[in-house]
Amino acid sequence: MKIHEYQAKDLLRAAGVPVLAGRVARTSEEAAAAFTALGTPVCAVKAQIHAGGRGKGQVVGSTQRGVELAKTADDAARIAKGLLGNTLVTIQTGPDGQVVRQVFVESGCAIDRELYCAVLVDRRVGSPVLIASTAGGMDIEEVAHNTPELILSEPFDPDRGLAGYQARLLAAKLGLPTASWRHAEAFFRKLCAAFVSLDASLLEINPLVLTKDGSLVALDAKMTFDDNALFRHKDLAALRDEAEEEPAETRAAAAGLSYVKLNGTIGCLVNGAGLAMSTMDLVKYHGGQPANFLDVGGGADVNQVTEAFRIILSDPHVKAILVNIFGGIMRCTTIATAIVEASKTVGFTVPLVVRLEGTEVEEGKKILATSGTAIVTADGLTDAAKKVVAAANAA
Amino acid sequence: MSILVNRDTRVICQGITGKVGEFHTRGCLDYGTRMVGGVTPGKAGETVVGLPVFNTVAEARDATGANATMIFVPPAFAADAILEAVGAGIELVIAITEGIPVLDMARVMPVVNASKSRLIGPNCPGVITPGECKIGIMPGYIHTPGHVGVMSRSGTLTYEAVWQLTQLGHGQSTCVGLGGDPLVGSSFIDILTLFQADPDTHAILMMGEIGGSAEEEAAAFVKQHVTKPVAAFIAGRTAPPGKRMGHAGAIISGGKGTAEAKLEALRDAGIEIAESPADMGQALVRAIKRRG
Repeated sequence: MKIHEYQAKDLLRAAGVPVLAGRVARTSEEAAAAFTALGTPVCAVKAQIHAGGRGKGQVVGSTQRGVELAKTADDAARIAKGLLGNTLVTIQTGPDGQVVRQVFVESGCAIDRELYCAVLVDRRVGSPVLIASTAGGMDIEEVAHNTPELILSEPFDPDRGLAGYQARLLAAKLGLPTASWRHAEAFFRKLCAAFVSLDASLLEINPLVLTKDGSLVALDAKMTFDDNALFRHKDLAALRDEAEEEPAETRAAAAGLSYVKLNGTIGCLVNGAGLAMSTMDLVKYHGGQPANFLDVGGGADVNQVTEAFRIILSDPHVKAILVNIFGGIMRCTTIATAIVEASKTVGFTVPLVVRLEGTEVEEGKKILATSGTAIVTADGLTDAAKKVVAAANAA
Repeated sequence: MSILVNRDTRVICQGITGKVGEFHTRGCLDYGTRMVGGVTPGKAGETVVGLPVFNTVAEARDATGANATMIFVPPAFAADAILEAVGAGIELVIAITEGIPVLDMARVMPVVNASKSRLIGPNCPGVITPGECKIGIMPGYIHTPGHVGVMSRSGTLTYEAVWQLTQLGHGQSTCVGLGGDPLVGSSFIDILTLFQADPDTHAILMMGEIGGSAEEEAAAFVKQHVTKPVAAFIAGRTAPPGKRMGHAGAIISGGKGTAEAKLEALRDAGIEIAESPADMGQALVRAIKRRG
């Protein structure tokens, strides 16, 4: 689960990690009032969307960036007006961009240097790590690719946390003045503690700022939570902003389905995540474009399969559907019955190609063949892919 | 011969009194696995599908001589169940449970690494040596005894691959589901080491997917240490960055973990690539032919 910058900063502030004072605004008037209330000579007005790259991002139909500086309350109102209700396109939003529904008005500060730090779980090490770099404010992926020696990394045990010496080691390698080391130690250790206590999967501060007075401040904050751990953080559920999420994905999650919307024309319904990804690849390999990832899981029932078809069909770009089931624990007869039931209640408006294999496959095929529904059956993966691509192209 | 499990493996199920645990314990018994008992705290004395239930893994081990366990305990308690199995000295711990918080696994891993136990999973279908022992949720009948070692991060994709192998007349020595989570107990490299050393495994088929760098590490290992033919498929060439594709570990983040990078590393190591998921069995056949 992702949250907004202002929400992440509230959580960091509560965890003792230094952030600047700021207020969220949903109208230009609120933005002006926030500027006045903050009382600093300069404020940043920042679009709040669940995607990074806002500083370089651009509002559709104007020259405005996703983050701009305001020197007066009127400035703040004007910038907020240009953002709110408009679409911001950044390197992370894709070409369609995302609508800005709120802005964060944040006090300015005197910046000496911009750094980078993040906490995440390193799969290779098998533990959380604190990553830091002198290349602050830049695209860290580029830095990692072009100059990997600039990326520093310190693994830590989740329960012991980051040791003081590890924080000082990073402070030294980052070239921070010795007078700032105690600030750095507190900052890094509290950041790591927040990561663990919140069960985050990513906590990224870019830029991390060394101020003119020698302290460290999180100028930006990106926080993502481990979905598997949300059960023990009921309070975080209130931070979910469904307006930022793909409605079909939210709907699928509620039905116990795993769905990701893509931009193609061939809807996919598959059991198992690996096979679902492979089915998308298969469609592409044979010249089609998958419209979605959809894993119905190992024990899907008629209701779930029906809902899965509804979700796929709610995408107007879908011109054909491929069902690919390898029956293991799930019997092919179960899925065949579900397909027939779903076809009665949903009413397919596009061609349906079904490939069944595995447990009770012959009985499953018989159910489909005698159902009277217009289903194209396929023998094998390649046959299925060719048939569904042809069907989508003919539509 | 085979790796990890055979007809002498004595297996208990942690979480045997749950619906899923009971269902799959029966499935393993039907396959011929030597299931010897189960564990659910507070339910000692009960029997499930004819097997005795114990309160703790240590009691179950002492009473049954179990040397392997399969874990179906719900996600919130699964890390503790793994620790209990490791603490009781169970040699092979197979965690099927999906949805364990990643930091729980980060807490478990150092304990596992410092022990003599081997952990497979979590979020995996399990391990099967066809005709001898099935520990997990895979459909047993698609497998045939033979000489191809199979390992994968995904369940149904493994079934697909095994099915293709069986159709082509290639049986399997052992099939290992590594699991779809970011942190798993055994890596491709761990299993490659076992397959390379197993005289009964003549070739290896691996299925990877987007996310992390386990496939790249495996490729480097194959180049250095594996003399047997290897074929591979990578799922997720069409997956968009930043989106979790079902598995918690299947996500391209920060430009890392793309299918392209993995395929490049695998090709560079001389591994035969299946370009389509329909081609996994054939890729293994090509790999064997190439090595003569």
